[in-house]
Amino acid sequence: MTDPLQPPPRRNPILPLRPPTLPPSARSRAALRMTAAVAEGRFELQACHDCGKVQYPPRDACTNCLSVRLAWTPMGGRGELISDTLLHHSNELYYRARVPLRLGLVRLAEGVTVLAHLHGDCPKAKADVRVRAHLDKAGQATLIALPATDTPNMADDRMLREMTSDPKFRKVLVTDGKSATGQALCRALIEAGADIVWAGVAEPWKQPPGFDALANLPNVTIVPLDLTDSRSVDDLGASIGGKVDILINNAEFHRSHGIADRRGTETARAEMEINYLGLMRLAQSFGPAMRARAAESSVPATAWVNILSIYALSSLPTQGTFSASKAAAFSLSQTLRAEMRAAGIRVVNAFPGPIDDEWTQLVPPPKLAPAALARAVVKALQDGVEDIYPGDVAQDLFAKWQESAKALEREMWDQ
Amino acid sequence: MSPTETSATVLDEVLQALKTQRLRVVDLSQTLSPSFPQIVLPPEFDQCAPFRIEEISRYDERGPSLYWNNISFGEHTGTHFDAPIHWITGRDLPNASTDALPPHSFIAPACVVDCSAEAAADPDFLLTADRLRAWELQHGRIPAGAWLFMRTDWSKRTDPVAYQNFDAAGQHSPGPDFSAVELLVHERQVIGFGSETIGTDAGQAAHFRPPYPCHAIMHGNGRFGLQCLSNLDLLPPTGALIIAAPLKILRGSGSPVRALALVES
Repeated sequence: MTDPLQPPPRRNPILPLRPPTLPPSARSRAALRMTAAVAEGRFELQACHDCGKVQYPPRDACTNCLSVRLAWTPMGGRGELISDTLLHHSNELYYRARVPLRLGLVRLAEGVTVLAHLHGDCPKAKADVRVRAHLDKAGQATLIALPATDTPNMADDRMLREMTSDPKFRKVLVTDGKSATGQALCRALIEAGADIVWAGVAEPWKQPPGFDALANLPNVTIVPLDLTDSRSVDDLGASIGGKVDILINNAEFHRSHGIADRRGTETARAEMEINYLGLMRLAQSFGPAMRARAAESSVPATAWVNILSIYALSSLPTQGTFSASKAAAFSLSQTLRAEMRAAGIRVVNAFPGPIDDEWTQLVPPPKLAPAALARAVVKALQDGVEDIYPGDVAQDLFAKWQESAKALEREMWDQ
Repeated sequence: MSPTETSATVLDEVLQALKTQRLRVVDLSQTLSPSFPQIVLPPEFDQCAPFRIEEISRYDERGPSLYWNNISFGEHTGTHFDAPIHWITGRDLPNASTDALPPHSFIAPACVVDCSAEAAADPDFLLTADRLRAWELQHGRIPAGAWLFMRTDWSKRTDPVAYQNFDAAGQHSPGPDFSAVELLVHERQVIGFGSETIGTDAGQAAHFRPPYPCHAIMHGNGRFGLQCLSNLDLLPPTGALIIAAPLKILRGSGSPVRALALVES
């Protein structure tokens, strides 16, 4: 059984911060395909189209028959731990700070042997285990073997927590606490054990239904935050920027307009101010401080979540300006991911379909309930996933986009 | 008389009065700040942009020797001037935009009606023609070409939530009713109406019959508006001279202003 995670003690202010380090991150292009699957929560390895052999690590050709026709194939994860060891020394700074480490060789049911981290509750070899693929602090695919059946406090395992961003005991900023998604996120985070949820509020003179109840929730603190105002973002960064472990940017401005048949650019500008420049302002005011705290204590700063839109991938013409602002934010989030990488802060992008709120009243169902989006975000943090497409519409459009972005572009005309 | 005195012009006398503080300058403007609230329209309409300020450089790599900002705002932001073409009733008036109004119209005397007690008791307080006539019994007839300023001390509400004062039925703030606007426009020929609240009309004026009487009637008759004024409590009921010039915006419907009052001590 894993020792349950304890609320972290207050930091001893005379001790210097532990600076963030990363596990080795160089990967071949073939290996990056494994990372790409893991980023979406899938464990895939190459299976040879010609001889059927599954291989690990990924390579450009089959080690058995030299075929280059290799198909990325989902792995079940079941396997047998055939040997295990305890690593006491490493010259890598990241591992040096974390030894001793349990490592083992696992023979997967698919017939390939992999090297994996071992969860603390894994028995000694030989034993049945479940292998999961995760992103490590460097954002690259790595494997961890879990015991065959769940054990108490499993998620609190030290190495597993290096690969996930569980909100438990963490301090979270939700950039818009007033919207339906913001209220749902605050509730879901509290349920997941967050220590503090700061709920950002812009234009406080507009108080939507349900807001009073939110403000009265234990562990929720209302803070002024207007993403259109650099000074407001700076002020909040100065106040709590050194404490935020997870930042969830859900603030958005959403109107449903095309571009040619309605005069003016002001509403589109307002969308860009929040959906695009708002993200940039947050990155400048909160990014550096989060990076600096990325290895602090047992609950370091760990993740940054952007609520984007599936229409960031392919424009919905009836919401053309909104789609464009989300596409801009998506592009910015890729840069943010690159800039947060050195500290191991994970940037999680959520690409929901239409959310069941006041700006999609004329969109036919299925629509994603705000609470369902909130659950998906919390689960992504707990599972350590980088990109999520919550809801039926998002899943459908994402699959079509992967298959043919051009075909989807045409299909969106009639959406 | 000395030679100096004989040659003194009106402006010399004004300068001397300013120097000796026989004339005081009262600042009637709120600070243009991102945290000052802006007018709120229902969300399906396009909105007035709030005042925003972004640093260009501050003696740094973006500009080593200078500090300066880019600012952005709607025409009706902060303490601001409404030109007649702001409202549809004034759309056909000649020379009714900020660039075309004659500059002498930016300098005019003000009558200040103190409604602070009533507004404190009732945020929906309405200034009526009867209330104006009662004020005239005390202070004399409102002269043609003067501003009528409604003092409510609303500008002392420094908390934006209290300043906006919204509930589920909308905004609650004081303003003039139809009878007051009719009297001021047609019988007293004021140059405009000034308020301390976010607009020259009351918060609930959308529900009046006719709606928005101050905007509709003032602007339809070529008169002006000033709103988000402050320091009206420092002005005498009569005798203040107001200088409130909007920016010369091409076909502008309004503009933030640094509104000043000259007051005799």
